[in-house]
Amino acid sequence: MSAKPQTYRGRVWAELRRQKRAVWGLGMVLTLAFVALFADFIAGGTPLYLRIDGQSYFPLFREYAASAGLAKLPPALAGADFRALNQHAEAAVWPPIPYASTSVDITGEVFAPPSAQHWLGTDALGRDVASGMVHGTRISLTIGLVVVAIQATLGIFLGGLAGYYGGWIDIALSRLFELMLGIPTFFLIITVAAIFPPSIYLIMVILGLTGWIGIARFIRGEFLKVRSLDFVTAARAIGASDTRVMFGHILPNAVAPVLVSMAFGVATAILTESALSFLGIGVPQHLVTWGSILAESRASTFAWWLAVFPGAAIFLTVTAYNLLGDGLRDALDPKLDVR
Amino acid sequence: MLQYIAQRLLLLIPTFVGITFLAYAIMLLAPGDPVDLFFAGGLGAGTEGIDSDRLAEVRADKDELRRELGLDRAIPVQYALWLRRLLQGELGTSFKDRQPVWDKIRARLPVTIIINVAAIVLTYLIAIPLGIYSAVRSGSRFDQLSTLTVFMLYSLPVFWIGTLIIIFFGGGDFFAWFPPGGLRSLDWEPSWPWWQKLSDYAYHLAMPLLCTTYGAFAALSRFMRTSMLENARQDYIRTARAKGVSEPMVILKHMLRNSLIPVITILAGLLPALIGGSVIIETIFSIPGIGQLGYQSVLARDYPVVIALFAASSFLTLIGILFSDIALAWVDPRIHFGKGRA
Repeated sequence: MSAKPQTYRGRVWAELRRQKRAVWGLGMVLTLAFVALFADFIAGGTPLYLRIDGQSYFPLFREYAASAGLAKLPPALAGADFRALNQHAEAAVWPPIPYASTSVDITGEVFAPPSAQHWLGTDALGRDVASGMVHGTRISLTIGLVVVAIQATLGIFLGGLAGYYGGWIDIALSRLFELMLGIPTFFLIITVAAIFPPSIYLIMVILGLTGWIGIARFIRGEFLKVRSLDFVTAARAIGASDTRVMFGHILPNAVAPVLVSMAFGVATAILTESALSFLGIGVPQHLVTWGSILAESRASTFAWWLAVFPGAAIFLTVTAYNLLGDGLRDALDPKLDVR
Repeated sequence: MLQYIAQRLLLLIPTFVGITFLAYAIMLLAPGDPVDLFFAGGLGAGTEGIDSDRLAEVRADKDELRRELGLDRAIPVQYALWLRRLLQGELGTSFKDRQPVWDKIRARLPVTIIINVAAIVLTYLIAIPLGIYSAVRSGSRFDQLSTLTVFMLYSLPVFWIGTLIIIFFGGGDFFAWFPPGGLRSLDWEPSWPWWQKLSDYAYHLAMPLLCTTYGAFAALSRFMRTSMLENARQDYIRTARAKGVSEPMVILKHMLRNSLIPVITILAGLLPALIGGSVIIETIFSIPGIGQLGYQSVLARDYPVVIALFAASSFLTLIGILFSDIALAWVDPRIHFGKGRA
């Protein structure tokens, strides 16, 4: 009895770490998450620290506190143009990319190629591309994660319902699944995105509502397979409620492949959002995302930096999630263990 | 088998009605309608500073146009009328230019079909041999390299590659190897001999075709390799080898045949994916095809065209699913018609 008992989760984790690609993918995903979380510290028009007239300010933290409703901006900073204030500041600490993603650089230099000042150049309005890329990470990842959360919730819930209860519930829901399968998804998404006023939430909702069908069908199949096994009968015999049997006993058996599908789902969602923004019907105009920067390059083909960098960011992010999904799938599949 | 197909075809009808009704409802429930868009100003236009007589006049004109276009009726009524016209083989007329919808679609169909059929043929021609080779030489340097390449291609957004190709090879500041868009050269003349027309056409379609193909190719060959590898481990392969079947025979007859089963199912998904992809490809390369028509009609809220295209692509999707189910049952004797559908 000296060997440690190995849990399923522990085994999957160990297997995942053996997959070089998955480790790479995970590393990239975490890096992107870091960039998204600390976007304001990496790029932005608000300094971290500012000393004016012997007075010290921490404008960025103040802004956070203010937006959380915890504090008010000091009068000296409210509505201030930090770049103007910077002229007579005694000391200032700026983010490494000291430009806001959405506002125009004070020099107003449009279509500036990459330089020491603007690392990745500026766009048609003189907005800093590097800053747009950093803040675009936040938007892309948020959309990807929210969309997948909607998809997984809907898919698990509806699929579980159909598979667990069977009968007419299953018949009715299976009709719905079939209906969803027959929808030309991308065309529907384009239609909805184009005729409703643009908004991030709209994108999240339509991508979420159109992409759950794969998970639902899988979960339904798993529930159908498992529901008559002994452990389910045993759980029912001791008086566990339906919800508890469904989510406490059956679902854990089926959750791993859903994780794989969620990893791929994030990649797809980010890709679709960028495509919509590229077509000009994605996020609202005032927001800067990878897709919207890329869209600008269509009208100004000489500005190659507007195409190369955001596209590369989309590519890397999609690759990261695909690598993770691939690695996870291999780690979860006992059949593939051929070494 | 015929009974099964008939049954499935019958089930298609309510699904089709459900999908098209859904699309209809979504479009008509959207804030603002085509009439607002036609009367210049659209959604955001204010009404301040216009005297009330003039405003009432505009409103009356709008109402009249709505009546004329049938937009004043309840959504289910409009949908029912649309469905009835569809059964009579009528797709209606475009809101935008009052052209019959079918004429607009027909004019744009050939180029989209050419691109997509060529892309599918190319995809299968390259992906299947590559998948076989990759799986047979599994773990070799060639396999690793091709797997990596395919993986990268799989994650490369088409709209990025399309834009990059135009920027770097389509004129502009870099190379001018290919035209940045369109279907014909500027000096195109009807008097050109056919081969010159054909080569001009091919010259213009080369880049869009490349973009359409690589995405589908990546998806398919990943699938093909996994499928081959899964079958390679099966007992019947070992049995075949043990009884002395030659290696090419084992691979081509036993492994490949079973590996093709999932590859057939992917064809059903490929078709609608290509239709959706046409929107992006045709918009990037300014190709007057179905995708561009769909996108322009959506932007102009030309509902008759949008709903016709939507109905057509959902019909194709449903037929694709049905086709792949039948093909699957046909190649795999373990699948029985009608019974045991999980």
